[in-house]
Amino acid sequence: MNARGKTIPVLTVISVIVVIWYACVVWMNAPFEYDKAKRAGVEIGFSQLVSNTMSQDRPVLPAAHQIVEEMYNTIVLKNITSRRSLVYHGWITLSATLLGFIIGTFLGVVLAVGIVHNRAMDKSVMPWVIASQTIPILAIAPMIIVVLNAVGLSGLLPKALISTYLSFFPVVVGMVKGLRSPDEAQLDLMRTYSASSAQTFWKLRWPSSMPYLFTSLKIAIAISLVGAIVGELPTGAVAGLGARLLAGSYYGQTIQIWSALFTAAILAAVLVMIVGVAHSYVLKRMGQKPDGTAA
Amino acid sequence: MSQDVVSANDLSLTFETNDGPVHALSGVNLSVGKGEFVSFIGPSGCGKTTFLRVIADLEKPTSGEIRVNGVEPEEARKARAYGYVFQAASLYPWRTIERNVGLPLEIMGYSVAETQQRIARTLELVNLTGFEKKYPWQLSGGMQQRASIARALAFDADLLLMDEPFGALDEIVRDHLNEQLLQLWAKTSKTICFVTHSIPEAVYLSTKIVVMSPRPGRVSDVIKSTLPKQRPLEIRESAEFLKIAHRVREGLRAGHSYDE
Amino acid sequence: MIWLLVAAVLFWMATWVLNEWLSRQNFGSGLVQKAVNLVIPLMFGVAILVLWEGFTRGLDVPKVLLPPPTMIWQRILNSLPILWADFQQTFLKAVIAGYVLGCGSGFLVALLCDRSSFMKRGLLPLGNFVSALPIIGVAPIMVMWFGFDWQSKAAVVVIMTFFPMLVNTVQGLSAADLMQRDLMRTYASTWWQTLTKLRLPAAAPFIFNALKINSTLALIGAIVAEFFGTPIVGMGFRISTEVGRMNVDMVWAEIAVAALAGSAFYGLVALVERIVTFWHPSLRSGRT
Repeated sequence: MNARGKTIPVLTVISVIVVIWYACVVWMNAPFEYDKAKRAGVEIGFSQLVSNTMSQDRPVLPAAHQIVEEMYNTIVLKNITSRRSLVYHGWITLSATLLGFIIGTFLGVVLAVGIVHNRAMDKSVMPWVIASQTIPILAIAPMIIVVLNAVGLSGLLPKALISTYLSFFPVVVGMVKGLRSPDEAQLDLMRTYSASSAQTFWKLRWPSSMPYLFTSLKIAIAISLVGAIVGELPTGAVAGLGARLLAGSYYGQTIQIWSALFTAAILAAVLVMIVGVAHSYVLKRMGQKPDGTAA
Repeated sequence: MSQDVVSANDLSLTFETNDGPVHALSGVNLSVGKGEFVSFIGPSGCGKTTFLRVIADLEKPTSGEIRVNGVEPEEARKARAYGYVFQAASLYPWRTIERNVGLPLEIMGYSVAETQQRIARTLELVNLTGFEKKYPWQLSGGMQQRASIARALAFDADLLLMDEPFGALDEIVRDHLNEQLLQLWAKTSKTICFVTHSIPEAVYLSTKIVVMSPRPGRVSDVIKSTLPKQRPLEIRESAEFLKIAHRVREGLRAGHSYDE
Repeated sequence: MIWLLVAAVLFWMATWVLNEWLSRQNFGSGLVQKAVNLVIPLMFGVAILVLWEGFTRGLDVPKVLLPPPTMIWQRILNSLPILWADFQQTFLKAVIAGYVLGCGSGFLVALLCDRSSFMKRGLLPLGNFVSALPIIGVAPIMVMWFGFDWQSKAAVVVIMTFFPMLVNTVQGLSAADLMQRDLMRTYASTWWQTLTKLRLPAAAPFIFNALKINSTLALIGAIVAEFFGTPIVGMGFRISTEVGRMNVDMVWAEIAVAALAGSAFYGLVALVERIVTFWHPSLRSGRT
């Protein structure tokens, strides 16, 4: 699929979504306006209704421009050290995400190498790696945070550990698949060279696993972000994008919720894009296009 | 004279690719009579597979005319006038052999009883009786290809289009299947269009050999075989056989098939 | 304390050696091998549990930090009614409803994309984009729209499971190769016939991949969504409130139930997958 065929359909779908969104803004915020008008004893005309619904303080569904305005206010206009700045909150979430991602990737790669080279590890650890994901770590994030706080670990590290737990799994699964991806013929060739395990690893297994690694890294970084956000909820909504979400939810500040959500979404998109660029770069240096074909 | 099963008149097909237009077929004039076994031979890019696909309505020509059973290929396809055998057996791994052979019958709406009958008959024709309940991956490559042929025969189309069906098999299995295919042809009197890379295969199987050459794809020779209809494998060492093979090779050379 | 450490190390080494030995044996492919394959990870798990119990009791770790497994087990036995009520609220209502709706609509939209290339080119890039976003963040918005009860949690699950299902089904629908689709064309087969006889069976591995991923996403989504507001029942509710009360053993009891439910759910989907896609090479040869 080349880019040519995609831009128009994507733009069309996005425009349709925007149109439906604004229609819903009017529709969902209208009851409040009607109530207000009734209590004031006045009739409200349609055009007045439309403009009112798009500028409510606490709308049921905020209009896109309201969200953009709020984001502009809290990102660009606010001092980045202020407690109200989305840059400040964004950075808190981002730092936990990145730390967790890095540790998780490292751990995942090390575990994968062990699993591929040692049968005992393969048979005893791999099933538990898979089972570990059935423990909904996000669900016990509150406990982990509180427990670690009680031991004296607070702030960045507990959240990063949650991100680590979440991101190491896709990396392990992807790397194991990737390290095992060379076919029998290629492994046999290495044996005919009397190559050691280490040589086979560095010259064959590691390069073959690159495409799998990067696919996993994209998943891992997105999920690290989710982990960092959820990790912020238990500490009473103090700092970070997750905290902003929760605070907005408690105080009924819908626009605040949406702007925090949008910021988190943009952050996720940027992070995945960066991994994608690294992906293309590495694969191109290896003579491959990211879709698997030769350059 | 019976109506030709396939008749092509000044047929051309040009593909537009990123590297410029590719003339897969250029001014092809050809006819296939009823009951003939016609082989198409030539190097890659000579248009033999493309021609087969045009007959099957899997490609549309850019100019010229082609008739299958006297009508447009699309009509012939909708009337299920032919069976197609691909280079790979392409059996569905989730179906048993008998359910695979029954696939076209299901689609075309045959009754259950009729389907059972036809499956049994065609599997016997290709000597696969007893393997009905097996899955494709439990069979060898040669057997899978035989099942694929049975599938193409199941609905009694009079025309069989075969695109290098034995190309992926080793020579010994190939010889065996060539023999079986001729016996099958004798028993069922179908019209067969057969694409191949192999000169001995083309000469052994056919009543008519169409030699094609590339860039642009065209016919360089049409050879009517002088071999008798009954052909044991040993006929491949006879002088007659070698003469025809020689003529095929000359045709290929004339069409610059051996040039880079 | 030193004896504890020595005992722990010896125990660990013993189980590891036993595991190594078992891993190297080849019992054929029969029931014995299958049993051994189950024993190895189980032994690993039991070893961890034993060490956990030993350390927490032996080193007198504060119960609020990490309770010993036996204490958690006790708590489970004592709180069955509560655990059951939470399970009903979160799993049976929010997760199941959301999972069915989310996967179902993802599948239907994928079929729609199959019919309309325009829709596919427009929706799929967006779908890929959205699946990288922290969807769990819409939980407070869903609570605002659908109320505190399980419906808002189900809504979150729907959104979370929709995109993986869409993306994987679309990918699966193009899995049938060109030759097989040409063959269908030579039979003058209709779109529906080609879909049901060729493309859906060929897409099954991809669809089940999404169903498995979604089974874990659904449970996590429902629990975390409850952190944003829920009536006084539900697994997420229980976890967040008991954490506040420092009843960590209750939290672990809840986790155990969640882990069990999640594994059972995943296992069920995997079992159905094994039956439906028995023909797929990955389930046939079992090569590592």
